[in-house]
Amino acid sequence: MNSPQTAAFVSGYEVRAKSGANGEFGGELLEIAMGPHHPSTHGVFRMDVVLDGERVVKLKPVFGYLHRNHEKIAEDATYLASIPYTDRLDYFCSLTNNWAYCLAVEKLAGLQVPERAEYIRVITAELTRLQNHACLGGFLLQDMGASGTPLMYAFREREKILDLFESLTGARMMCNYMRFGGCRCDLPDGWLEQTRQVLAGFPRFLDEFERLLNENEILMSRTQGVGVLSSDLAVNAGVTGPMLRASGVNYDLRKVDKYGIYDRFSFRIPLGDHGDVYDRYMMRILEMRESFNILSQALRDIPEGPIVDPKAKIRGFRPKAGEAYGRIEAPKGELGFYLISDGSPNPYRYRVRAPSFINLTILEDMCLGHHVADVVIILGSFDIVLGEVDR
Amino acid sequence: MLGKGIIQGMVETARNFAGSYVSGDRLVTVQYPEERLAQIEAARNFPFLVYDGEDWQQGLRCVACQICEKECPPKCIYIIKDVTKKPDHTGKLQFQPKVFDIDISVCMSCQICVEVCPFDAIKMDVEYELSTADRFGQLLLRKSDLARPNAYYHRIHPTEATAVDAHLATERAKAAAKSKPDSKPAA
Repeated sequence: MNSPQTAAFVSGYEVRAKSGANGEFGGELLEIAMGPHHPSTHGVFRMDVVLDGERVVKLKPVFGYLHRNHEKIAEDATYLASIPYTDRLDYFCSLTNNWAYCLAVEKLAGLQVPERAEYIRVITAELTRLQNHACLGGFLLQDMGASGTPLMYAFREREKILDLFESLTGARMMCNYMRFGGCRCDLPDGWLEQTRQVLAGFPRFLDEFERLLNENEILMSRTQGVGVLSSDLAVNAGVTGPMLRASGVNYDLRKVDKYGIYDRFSFRIPLGDHGDVYDRYMMRILEMRESFNILSQALRDIPEGPIVDPKAKIRGFRPKAGEAYGRIEAPKGELGFYLISDGSPNPYRYRVRAPSFINLTILEDMCLGHHVADVVIILGSFDIVLGEVDR
Repeated sequence: MLGKGIIQGMVETARNFAGSYVSGDRLVTVQYPEERLAQIEAARNFPFLVYDGEDWQQGLRCVACQICEKECPPKCIYIIKDVTKKPDHTGKLQFQPKVFDIDISVCMSCQICVEVCPFDAIKMDVEYELSTADRFGQLLLRKSDLARPNAYYHRIHPTEATAVDAHLATERAKAAAKSKPDSKPAA
């Protein structure tokens, strides 16, 4: 499927230009490098694209420009010192990253999270999902040429949520809030009230955002039927998150694993029919509505009580030897941390299963045969963050 | 009708534009240098050292135990412990840091040092206008740059500082109660 000579694409397009005997393109195919400084490739991501006219016949993703040695640094640092580094994986969703890592360590050390802390985790994680999906919508529309307006509306909402994060955790993006066996500090006075106020305005934003572009004829012709991901391919490639559900596969770790206290909330999992860019975009909008439901339930039910397991130690934390895998449904897909402990203060092995990275592996299959302009929006609908892809 | 969706979107943009003249939640931008938002109390930026009493060198709560230096994830703290004990602001002999540097060009404001400190000596500042023309010297904060009075801590984080003061007072009372029975047999 990759070779230009034998390409038979899902879109029914056939390659006209032939490559030379020695594999050269003979001047008929054009190889271009999109990125790492291309405005539409999110972050420092490069694609080597081979074009036949305007059509993509080969695409090679190149990443690693933002490699920061996260996994190896974590093997030299104490368990606690890795939490601020996990913030910097997917820097849009630092709180869900914290949660996945803490979940793995809690499994390793056998810590119990108090009920109030579980509720705080759900609330912060769903707020994270709201602001991540709002921004993804904005960025995707920006990639399609709706320059500025939807993105600014999304950022206006995100700002309110970031203010909530700042008054709770002290930082807007690098929250560093969750701890093994609970959370770092209790909710400040009036935080829940403030959150309710912000959430009360959120459905209006969603309605506006949907009215703004969802029925736009240009948007529909750009996105419908573009970048179709079949459910078989999605499952085989290990794609997770909204991308997988947009292809019609009902798999959400909040329902499958029921980690934390997600079994207490009633919410639905939206599913797509076609698996195209439009479905992936709508998936995010629908998920925001479901997250809003979860948040309303969590804010209603949150109990008083301790916020951290008294057995958890800040200094001199040494879980017993063993291994653990903690995974959660992060806004971008299944985020997992695999840890091996040898009983020392730092992990023996530390591995991150980053959803954006694994989702990116099928980029070529989805782009082949499409116009080069469609590559940009197909990539935009993936929702990647390079901090997480390269680690 | 073809084009209905486009018109609908335009109406939405117009509503937001017109609304920004009358409604505060549609006009959210702040003209930064002239106009500033109130500081959020829990905000954190770079660490500073708290001292009690009048003299900053004598009153530093830091006893140079070097836990923060070991725990700091990006290793931006550098401490040299003094060789002799010196009296602190209450007159009690304590070890003190001879050198206490924080390289804020490396610091990532994660607050781990604050959490691991057993003496409540290091806390997070809220100062944010820190840009300088000098890459090296001005971004390496010495002990004298880092020391701030407890009153300053109370001003920037009132709730947290009151809790810390109460905690320190109970610790001191406990220590005093402990040392009394010990001193009786000796006397």
